[in-house]
Amino acid sequence: MAEQNSPLGGFRFPEGPVTIAEIPFLTQINIRKEPDSSLPLSAGTSSRSGDVDILWLGPDEWLAVGPPGGFTEHHWEGSVVDVSAQRTTISLRGPHVRDLLALGCATDLHPGVFGVGACVQTTLAHAPVIILRRESEFWVLVRASFATHLAGWLVDASREFAVEALP
Amino acid sequence: MMLIPCPWCGRRDESEFHYGGQAGVAYPSDPSTLSDEQWAKYLFFRDNPKGAFRERWCHTAGCRRWFNLVRDTVTNEIHA
Ligand SMILES: [Zn+2]
Repeated sequence: MAEQNSPLGGFRFPEGPVTIAEIPFLTQINIRKEPDSSLPLSAGTSSRSGDVDILWLGPDEWLAVGPPGGFTEHHWEGSVVDVSAQRTTISLRGPHVRDLLALGCATDLHPGVFGVGACVQTTLAHAPVIILRRESEFWVLVRASFATHLAGWLVDASREFAVEALP
Repeated sequence: MMLIPCPWCGRRDESEFHYGGQAGVAYPSDPSTLSDEQWAKYLFFRDNPKGAFRERWCHTAGCRRWFNLVRDTVTNEIHA
């Protein structure tokens, strides 16, 4: 079997104030079709179907993200394209994740407007990304060619939160 | 930095958008009948008003949809 290499080589940075880790090889399916009720219809929202997240990307465009190896239980009509190799996923965990993202992202990620299931296409440290809020972590989906830059930026920017403010 | 209202995503930073120039420039119905001067006018000549200007934008870093808006070229205020 051919060897698989992810853009960040399974990168993990668990010792910082924000736990940064690549989740390699997630299956990503781009769907373009007429909207229907099985898909999230509001901008910036996602829905969960089994272990697959379906993210709104546009009024006629969605991205289904799930475990590596493809989906067997999901079938969509329209233009359905496997884009798994296009992006990798970076998981961010910890109390300072929003503060970290705010250092490089102008989009409002406050819990009041960006709750569990919210997703947004925007830029983070000048790299185009999709940010998805999950229950206990944030996912940042980034194109393979920007992944090293973004991982390096995240590690560097997160060091700020290792310093406790003086009383 | 302008905040530009994408009809789908809401207000986002100007840097997420690509400018598409004047809106509503119709493709000539029969281009082959146009003189070079008329064709050049269609291709290259655009209004340049001081005030309200209807223009096209694309939300490149977001939903990647094109849309029109009216921007005041003096104040950068966006109407509609
Ligand atoms: Zn948009």
